[in-house]
Amino acid sequence: MTPADLLRQLGHRVTSRLWRLGFASRFLLMTLLYSGTALKRFQLTIREIYFTGVLSLIIILVSGLFVGMVLGLQGYDTLQRYGSSEALGILVALSLVRELGPVVAALLFASRAGSAITAEIGLMKATEQLSAMEMMAVNPIARVVAPRFWAGVISMPLLAALFSAMGVLGGWLVGVQLIGVDEGSFWSQMQAAVDFRQDIMNGVIKSCVFGVLVSWIAVFEGFDADPTAEGVSRATTRTVVTSSLAILAADFVLTAFMFRGI
Amino acid sequence: MNRAAIDLWVGLFVAIGLAALLFLALKVGNLSSTDVGETYAIQARFDNIGGLKVRAPVKSAGVVVGRVGEIRFDSENYVALVSMQIDKRYQFPRDTFATINTSGLLGEQYIGFEVGGDIEMLKAGEVMKKTQSAMVLEKLISQFMFDKAAEGEDKK
Repeated sequence: MTPADLLRQLGHRVTSRLWRLGFASRFLLMTLLYSGTALKRFQLTIREIYFTGVLSLIIILVSGLFVGMVLGLQGYDTLQRYGSSEALGILVALSLVRELGPVVAALLFASRAGSAITAEIGLMKATEQLSAMEMMAVNPIARVVAPRFWAGVISMPLLAALFSAMGVLGGWLVGVQLIGVDEGSFWSQMQAAVDFRQDIMNGVIKSCVFGVLVSWIAVFEGFDADPTAEGVSRATTRTVVTSSLAILAADFVLTAFMFRGI
Repeated sequence: MNRAAIDLWVGLFVAIGLAALLFLALKVGNLSSTDVGETYAIQARFDNIGGLKVRAPVKSAGVVVGRVGEIRFDSENYVALVSMQIDKRYQFPRDTFATINTSGLLGEQYIGFEVGGDIEMLKAGEVMKKTQSAMVLEKLISQFMFDKAAEGEDKK
């Protein structure tokens, strides 16, 4: 293989990635343009909220509880060395509200709901249901894609808030009930340190951004899947991998903007 | 799953989601306690602010009465210009003394107001006359060491 071939291959890869990114952006634009039906006939979206949001509840609640409990144990172990175990509330609440809540909930959401959306749309494409819809003059983006996209966007912030709340309860359970940190200072130090706008609202903004990212990637990968069994399986894997990477990268960028120098 | 059941579940989901947000706002965060009321700004110049940060509390008699809004460097006088947002409910005399204190030995720094006896009150935008800089631990230690060294020489 000559150097020119290698360069050509590199160029081909870059252009195909760029082309796909452009296609994905145009797809997002089309989804937003055809969202009218999903919002007007809201029943369609409610149905999808059931499948993406409600069915993810168990995993989100249980994971949140355990993450909070682990934070309580580990945080106490470190903090008591410096004689400041009362700051456990601050540690648990800030790390959950700012980072772990939005990020871990989004990662779980991507693997629980995002993969399901991709598989569903991909299978619809493989069994030519999408083409059939077009034949009946029903726009598949308006009928299939947009409700799922909006369901993800609506569910994600709620799930992240639930995750954080469960985590704080888990931290309280371990810190106060099990280990015996003073309950009053646990809550009051937490309330003194956690700011509504700085910390909680920024966490909510993060989870909204992650919701858009995960839903976008999931519906796009499903719509773009090769219409074969193998293609659908590969698209599902790509959804989980791409959205996990996108969540972590976006989290870094958002954190750099939100919490710089405070 | 029929439509009514799905509606019920989704309604429940949204309700507990919002309840979780409310729990975070009221029980975890400080929405219930501070910075809801209206504020007015006053300023103070310090030679050295130490580790004072934006949003640090302003306390008088240990009660939080406001927060630090902005910290700038005054390049004409080479001092730090700190503007504070004080709760409208509280008024302070014009000769109130602003000091930068540390809560605990190594805790966060805050501005403390020691109230003076002037009849006129500080108005919005006014600059406080009397301030005391932050206590810098290194300076304190070095001063202590010098004193000890001087004492040792006297004894000889």
